[in-house]
Amino acid sequence: MVDNAQFDDIPGTTVFTAERSRRGFQLNQFCMSLMKAENRARFKADERTYLDEWPLTDEQRKAVADRDYNAMLAVGGNIYFLSKIFATDGLSFVQAVSTMTGMSVEEYQTMMLAGGRSIEGWRSVSGEA
Amino acid sequence: MARITAGLATSHIPAMGMAVDLGKTAEDYWKPVFAGYDWTRAWAETERPDAVILVYNDHASAFSLEMIPTFALGCAERFAPADEGYGARPVPVVQGHSELAAHLAQALILDEFDLTIMNALDVDHGLTVPLSLVYGQPEAWPVRVIPLAVNVVQYPPPTGRRCLSLGKAIRRAVESFDQDLDVQVWGTGGMSHQLQGPRAGLINKDFDTAFLDRLVSDAESLALLPHIEYLRESGSEGIEMVMWLVMRGALGPDVEELHRFYHVPASNTAVGHIVLRPTDHHDTKAG
Repeated sequence: MVDNAQFDDIPGTTVFTAERSRRGFQLNQFCMSLMKAENRARFKADERTYLDEWPLTDEQRKAVADRDYNAMLAVGGNIYFLSKIFATDGLSFVQAVSTMTGMSVEEYQTMMLAGGRSIEGWRSVSGEA
Repeated sequence: MARITAGLATSHIPAMGMAVDLGKTAEDYWKPVFAGYDWTRAWAETERPDAVILVYNDHASAFSLEMIPTFALGCAERFAPADEGYGARPVPVVQGHSELAAHLAQALILDEFDLTIMNALDVDHGLTVPLSLVYGQPEAWPVRVIPLAVNVVQYPPPTGRRCLSLGKAIRRAVESFDQDLDVQVWGTGGMSHQLQGPRAGLINKDFDTAFLDRLVSDAESLALLPHIEYLRESGSEGIEMVMWLVMRGALGPDVEELHRFYHVPASNTAVGHIVLRPTDHHDTKAG
């Protein structure tokens, strides 16, 4: 049996396993559709109608509508797929990624310029790693 | 006989590609990043291989979740830059080396590496950013490129040991090709970074430095590093570094370090870059 419990011990991190991929398949397929310029235009013009064309769960639909990237990760989204959403919104990786950290874009950029987030205190939930 | 003449590894951060495309490389933020590639650009002028086997990962561009090949070899004549959601990068179409690629596909599968063969493939920033870093903005890329896409998006990617072994098999396969070709192998991605969740922005310079050191002189034991160590210590996206081991495996047991560069940050990521030369033979076509 595959045991992925070790991943849950990494704080603030969602490892995109086959199980998460299975749950997030339609959400990530929707994201892929935004690689086409005409689909991006349709999505921007009427998000609700566009999202309704995809067989997403209510949770997935709400997470996208709210642009809540942590919530999208929790319902099976993968960051490389989700990047199609923030690219459509005209956001950079830094702008979008910072929204998951509870920091403002400026605070996040300041942290990155100072050498990034230190691993100290972010290794292990249990403290055993 | 074809031969591996050098190995190169570099991060393939999309923002670095955008900095090139938008003419921002001389700005304060980017200047120190691109300065780290000055040596390499000069070296690349004097040392131009007939083909580059470029190990990279696709970022949900050519491969959706419908198909997730662990190793996919680009055997096409050419590869178009992908539209990743911002429009395709304004870079030349990548010219393949389909003759060598066809040989590699056959030799590697018979050597028990069950590759997926790609006869059509759009290539994203994972492949085109390294070309921009080394060759700038030419009208046409000065080298032919054989893409080797590695799954690092859905867990699990191949193990480090499998990547190192594939590199060794690539060397054997190149050396059994009957044309007189100089071939480089590039590994891309990394270094430490995490693009998701509350831990995003993680950088681990100690991990990255040790990885670079061991890549040069201790690759066999580095290849045994388990996935969990990459994920925990170098961030969820730091696991891209397993791809550097394909490059390292292709160079043989001993290498000379020609150039190294490390810088934090570019966007969300630690930039790492290294150029290596196999030391067991220097017999390039030029002598």
